[in-house]
Amino acid sequence: MKIAIASGKGGTGKTTLSVNLSAYLAEDEEIVLSDLDVEEPNSGLFINARMVHEEEKYKMVPEWKEDQCTLCGICQEVCNFHAVIQLGEMIMVFPELCHGCYACSELCPTDALPMIPKKMGMLKHLQNDKLSFIESRLDVGEEQAVPLIKQSQDYIDEHFTDDILRIYDSPPGTSCPVIEATKDADFVILVTEPTPFGLHDLKIAVETMKELKKPFGVVVNRHGIGNDGVLRYCEDKDIPVLAKIPNDRKIAELYSEGKLIYNEVPEVKQELDKIIAYLRTLKQGGVQ
Amino acid sequence: MKIAFTTKGTEWDSMMDPRFGRTEFFLIYDEENDELKPHDNRSSSNDAHGAGPKTAQVLFGLDPKVLITGNGPGGNAASVLKKARIDIYVGAGDMTVKEAWEAYKEGKLKKF
Amino acid sequence: MKEIVVISGKGGTGKTSITASFAFLGGADVIVADCDVDAADMHLLLQPDFARGEDFYSGELAKIHPDNCTQCGKCAEVCRFEAISVIDGMHTVDPLSCEGCGYCARICPTNAIENLSMNVGKWYISSIKTGSLMVHARLGIGADNSGKLVAKVKNEAKRLAEETNKDYIIVDGSPGIGCPVVSSLSGASFVVLVTEPSVSGLHDLKRVYELVKKFNLKAGCIINKSDINEKVTQEIEAFLREENILHIVNLPYDEQFTKAMTNGQTIIESDTNGLKQMIVDSWSKIKLTIN
Repeated sequence: MKIAIASGKGGTGKTTLSVNLSAYLAEDEEIVLSDLDVEEPNSGLFINARMVHEEEKYKMVPEWKEDQCTLCGICQEVCNFHAVIQLGEMIMVFPELCHGCYACSELCPTDALPMIPKKMGMLKHLQNDKLSFIESRLDVGEEQAVPLIKQSQDYIDEHFTDDILRIYDSPPGTSCPVIEATKDADFVILVTEPTPFGLHDLKIAVETMKELKKPFGVVVNRHGIGNDGVLRYCEDKDIPVLAKIPNDRKIAELYSEGKLIYNEVPEVKQELDKIIAYLRTLKQGGVQ
Repeated sequence: MKIAFTTKGTEWDSMMDPRFGRTEFFLIYDEENDELKPHDNRSSSNDAHGAGPKTAQVLFGLDPKVLITGNGPGGNAASVLKKARIDIYVGAGDMTVKEAWEAYKEGKLKKF
Repeated sequence: MKEIVVISGKGGTGKTSITASFAFLGGADVIVADCDVDAADMHLLLQPDFARGEDFYSGELAKIHPDNCTQCGKCAEVCRFEAISVIDGMHTVDPLSCEGCGYCARICPTNAIENLSMNVGKWYISSIKTGSLMVHARLGIGADNSGKLVAKVKNEAKRLAEETNKDYIIVDGSPGIGCPVVSSLSGASFVVLVTEPSVSGLHDLKRVYELVKKFNLKAGCIINKSDINEKVTQEIEAFLREENILHIVNLPYDEQFTKAMTNGQTIIESDTNGLKQMIVDSWSKIKLTIN
């Protein structure tokens, strides 16, 4: 089963929930945790594990072969992303802007722009007993997060069997990277705060999940602050609230040090138990 | 020698545009015949991504030796300008074109 | 006219609450631009009236016209994004997968594919409760915040500031380190970095400051919730000294922020303890630095 942990806005506690839920579950069973927030991967700051494997990740981009080029200009004309431009008698390629559509390469009449692999980031595979942690990190300057997110999921599919529970820490927002990170999930947990900001961003996240036709539930973080707007909204819309993680200065302090919280704050463990119980009923209900 | 300015208008008294990729205009000053020519770059606002290198390509076509601007171009545009051998001077974002030109002549602008 | 851009790298540091407080303090002198369109929350504090709105188009999307299509399948062959599939015997584009590269339209032998400009959301000019104006935007699902939208919001804000002779534009900047935040920073007079003393806060601050440095921009930093972790706060302060970044203020962990937000207010309108004064002083400090 694949569980994606997402949120409309950043800073609501996605990473906190992902790492604590994964570490707690991994006390009893094999778990794969993957940080798919490849632009700002932070889960690794909370995980102590040894490196099993590390690999460079590539995307395909065109490379200019000067001796084959007739400077006809078709390549720059067909590139919708300004990733290929002609400068006098020179063709320049900007790999960070390239979406890898192959149009310039395949429409070049003299094969002067073959596609070659170009590094866009790193994938790390770490292990601590039953917990496997996969982190991908996009190089600074790269703009395309989606291909790296896809390749990370492919890596997991190749290296782990389907019966192992997978937890995806997704990027924030509602744009393409989030869609890529959640579209294969069997269930999505939306993390929010019980505040007007939290509610506003939750509504957008809910719309996105409905558009993707994904089953989802809500975890309220910092329960006790703000107001009851989020809970009332969930009740109105029949959205299951899986857990309410209390607002506690101690949690913020532990988080700031890069520490796990579930063993230090008993209420957190109780709330994680509720989430786990819910996930078990899903599994029995036939979601695979 | 031709000198390019990123600007919001087409006169010596116009304000500089501190941006490069999405600058509204270029003003090209030709020292030899004391001529000031505008180039409208407002169509760059149609580009979702890659406005920088596209604008750098346009500037290459205008053939200046020096660019005077505000914050300086981003990485991709900077590499095009380097290939095009255009020298870049920055820090003129809050000035009028005339003030920027004088600051440049007096050596007060920083080379990018 | 000066442009102040507030960014944070990481979410949840209090960036929007602080930006809205500055906007409130600046009152009629300040045009507000909300470029954090992924989590555009500023309107919850400043209560815009959405008086004028306009559709926003960015990028392209392929559309196959069934009347001209011979179902030859060449489009699906060249598409690298698996965006074209056959549904009920017809070649069809999945809008969420299409990247808008335009390759399919170029090679279609019967010109049955059209590239449509994509409507990705709306942008607005609103009156707000500070007695001034705000430019903001709302994105559709799966639409990417782009440099183009950020540039549009900022341009409109600038135009309004010039027309009405305002002293300042305050920009709530985009998150991350990609194209939108680059566009947020472009043209700034001063950058305010809002961070918190956590391992992730410091990590993201350093990443986003790399970008600020590239553009030679003057910057100052607000450390929010500074008493949560004194040790990391000291590390951040050391980083600020090293990089010659103005240390604006340390704000304590205070649930007053959330209480104010819950009432739809900025901290300036609601506070009873010292937080309000600290923000008033910070705003004065920023104004002093840039003028």
